[in-house]
Amino acid sequence: MNDDLDALANLQDPVRRALYDHVVAGGGEVGRGEAAEAAGVSRTLAAHHLDKLVEAGLLEAGFRAPERKGPGSGRPAKVYRRAKTERSVSLPPRDYGVLAGLLAEVVDTLGAEDRAETVARRAGERLGRDRRDAPVTGVLRERGYEPYAEGGVLRMRNCPFHTLSQEQPVLVCAMNLALCQGLLEGMGGDPGLAALDPRPGECCVTIAEPSKTNED
Amino acid sequence: MHLAQMNVARLLAPADDPRIADFIDGLEPINALADAAPGFVWRMQANEDDPRELLSYDHDDYLATTLSVWESRETLWNFVYRSAHLEYLRRRREWFEHIAEPYAVMWWIPEGELPTTADGFARLQRLRTEGPGPEAFTFKEFYEATAMPRHISSWVPSPQTT
Repeated sequence: MNDDLDALANLQDPVRRALYDHVVAGGGEVGRGEAAEAAGVSRTLAAHHLDKLVEAGLLEAGFRAPERKGPGSGRPAKVYRRAKTERSVSLPPRDYGVLAGLLAEVVDTLGAEDRAETVARRAGERLGRDRRDAPVTGVLRERGYEPYAEGGVLRMRNCPFHTLSQEQPVLVCAMNLALCQGLLEGMGGDPGLAALDPRPGECCVTIAEPSKTNED
Repeated sequence: MHLAQMNVARLLAPADDPRIADFIDGLEPINALADAAPGFVWRMQANEDDPRELLSYDHDDYLATTLSVWESRETLWNFVYRSAHLEYLRRRREWFEHIAEPYAVMWWIPEGELPTTADGFARLQRLRTEGPGPEAFTFKEFYEATAMPRHISSWVPSPQTT
């Protein structure tokens, strides 16, 4: 946990925080110039802080080959993206992940997926009822899904249950879908808008745009 | 090395029963998805002209099996859990018996070789009796073909190699 705390302490610096937020928000690779512009600092300063964030394990650095090939095309540009490693700090120390993994295994062993989905659906409804007038995108963002619009559906860059979904993918994705359906229903929307449409590296759930007449 | 995977499930009713229809209807699109998936190498087909036909076994009408070969753990994982295939997995209880022991097994085979169902059944049996090992393993307890750790990702080419 101390390593995580040290890593996260790097974000206390407002420039680093702005750079980190910008890289994360893009969902892909971000170059030094672009990050510098977004944070309102010089390219040199941005490069310094971005590399500190890489050292801290919060970002990963790579190189993007120049568009032109051959001699004179220049060096590959250094680019950054969010590191895959999860960081979390709890004081006092808490570890809900291990227990969640064990419980997921129990559900799987019992073949109790249906009941797990029912529970998730109800939990989603309760969460949704408290946010009846809020926009769906905002509620998903608060829950860590990092939604973005693509081709008439909301896709989600981040799976809030990522580690568990690697251990028990079918159960966790099914529960996540049920949770999102419940959330929509609780908010007074159509639960049928949520569907499973997984892609590598993203959340498995998508939410179709409601027809205009239903929009809040 | 390539990664072979065999899946063995027990249907709740024979394949021509209406209760299994949604699963049988999914065979053609999902198999097409597999064939087009990155890292797909080969899969055993019951009948090249009829994608709706399951591999058949003399002694058992309720057995539904798949046998396929992939380039890597990641490519197989992305097909199984990160594609439209996931929705069929989510609904598997509508069509298949729940079993509390492993129903899928993986093992490494030399590139160019094709696995047999007999080998697959033997590996699954081994997994069930002896637990996962280098000869028969699962996603959860995975064994590498070589000593190379699999998490060395190369999401962008390094400057030295471009």
